[in-house]
Amino acid sequence: MYDTSDIRKGLKVLMDGNPWTVIEFQFVKPGKGAAFTRTVFKNLLNGKTKEMNIRSGEKLEPANVDQRDMQFLYKEAGDLVLMDQTNYEQVSVSAEMVGKAADLMKDNLPCTVLFFNERAIDVALPTFVFLEVTASEPGVRGDTSGNVQKPATVETGAEVMVPLFIRVGDTIKIDTRTHEYVERVNKQ
Amino acid sequence: MSARGRVLAVNAGIAIVRGEKGEVTVAAPPGWRAGDLVDDLAVVRAYDAGDYPEPSTEVARLPRPRIDALHARAKALAAVRAFFAAREFVEVETPLLVPSPGLEIHLDAVSAGDGYLITSPEYQMKRLLAGGFERIYQVCKCFRAGERGPHHASEFTMIEWYRAYAELDTIIEDTEALVHAVVRAVSGISQVRLGARTIDVTPPWPRTSVRDALKKWAGIDLKGDESAADLVAKVRAVGIAVADDTAWDDAFFAAFLAKVDPAIAALDHPLILEDWPAPLAALARKKPTDPSVALRFEAYIGGIELANAFGELTDPVEQRARFESDQRIRRERGRDVYPIDEKLIAALVEGLPPSAGIALGFDRLVMLATGAATIDQVLTFTAAEL
Repeated sequence: MYDTSDIRKGLKVLMDGNPWTVIEFQFVKPGKGAAFTRTVFKNLLNGKTKEMNIRSGEKLEPANVDQRDMQFLYKEAGDLVLMDQTNYEQVSVSAEMVGKAADLMKDNLPCTVLFFNERAIDVALPTFVFLEVTASEPGVRGDTSGNVQKPATVETGAEVMVPLFIRVGDTIKIDTRTHEYVERVNKQ
Repeated sequence: MSARGRVLAVNAGIAIVRGEKGEVTVAAPPGWRAGDLVDDLAVVRAYDAGDYPEPSTEVARLPRPRIDALHARAKALAAVRAFFAAREFVEVETPLLVPSPGLEIHLDAVSAGDGYLITSPEYQMKRLLAGGFERIYQVCKCFRAGERGPHHASEFTMIEWYRAYAELDTIIEDTEALVHAVVRAVSGISQVRLGARTIDVTPPWPRTSVRDALKKWAGIDLKGDESAADLVAKVRAVGIAVADDTAWDDAFFAAFLAKVDPAIAALDHPLILEDWPAPLAALARKKPTDPSVALRFEAYIGGIELANAFGELTDPVEQRARFESDQRIRRERGRDVYPIDEKLIAALVEGLPPSAGIALGFDRLVMLATGAATIDQVLTFTAAEL
């Protein structure tokens, strides 16, 4: 069991049969009152959040949640198929779990898969992926003022807005959280 | 650029050198290493690994804002001492290591040696009042186990002051004037800046009773003498979840934290919250004109609970009864039970004049004066940095 002194970001606890993770917490204590930890939890199954005041001395039940490093293999009918390289076990999860970032996933991309009671419930992508631009119109000369961008298609088929100087064949760094272009990367 | 001092770090051909005039960054000639004493371009004495670990910029360097905050803190402390000197208070230093720390139900002491570190210097300061001092103040460290948050450090600095033969109103005036003086000494103006907000701390500050605050901000009609079950029902009626067996004080604070605290934090002026219900009297005496409330106030500014004051309880019989009740509740809740301070009781028997006193968090006052968002920003080192 955890108590309030164990509370930190990322702690996984079981409440009402659901796995929750701590996303924010703050120690609160009125001068003459009991101490609380004001804690915001996120439900790992549906993403809902709730805030609770947990009194010092109260206990929290750990959730049977574990993280495994896995490799993305391929997409299949709206599902993502990933493999645990240590034992070659494969797991299939709904692409909805990663949302829009699904189209940034390239074969062999390393991901972290979260399991609750042995069931895959979440897939975390690396924050940045590096993808080659396969199609993009050349930038129009003179149109360089401010933050002018143009669409580009990358090797996974995703479309990303990029600066005008990006050309077909460039490798670009993309933030999987925002689906946004970060920078051009020189090939090694 | 010349550099004279100790090399704190060398990285990528650049050295940080700390000398008499602060830190300078210079291009490092070959062979310079962290720890070397250098004068211009010559190594005066090479760092000898000997007995010391290599210097580390992470340990040796303080971020600029921290240095500024510590200068402001020193100014604030000087202003506090000047304030009390001008009002003819005597500065005292009572022991930090005591056999009986406070018995307050929600405070845990840090044990040390054969005793405990104080959670507040109030017991010994009251003995000084009983011994004949009329105006005393103290700035000292206090220790409260397990308290760690944006407004809490387990070791922190308290300002406490007491006036014999004075009423709580005089303490309110002291508090307003002290905060105003310290803020002016540090920032030159009468406003504190908290994020995007500006709060004027010029006296006098508005006052509200706890009962009115609960009514206004939580919609709860607080009597003060209702049963715990009645209060639980009232708290639930306004949509705050509390368990059936919640104690009176916990039900009160559930409502207070959910509704009143955020409302007070959002005010654009300081607030004196007075007339606390009798169950929360702690060491305060009951109000003569309304025994359902205690002579107690708290001062709030911009979400910071700055100070707590009592019209001091002087009746030894009542004091012993409250201590015994605190001990019993601590035992029931599985907390350490500290001994009653018999010498304090004896001092009350011999005669504590009618007095009023207050404890004000000095770190929090410095936070306000500097606009710091957390207590960590105004400490030399946090516990985690030791």
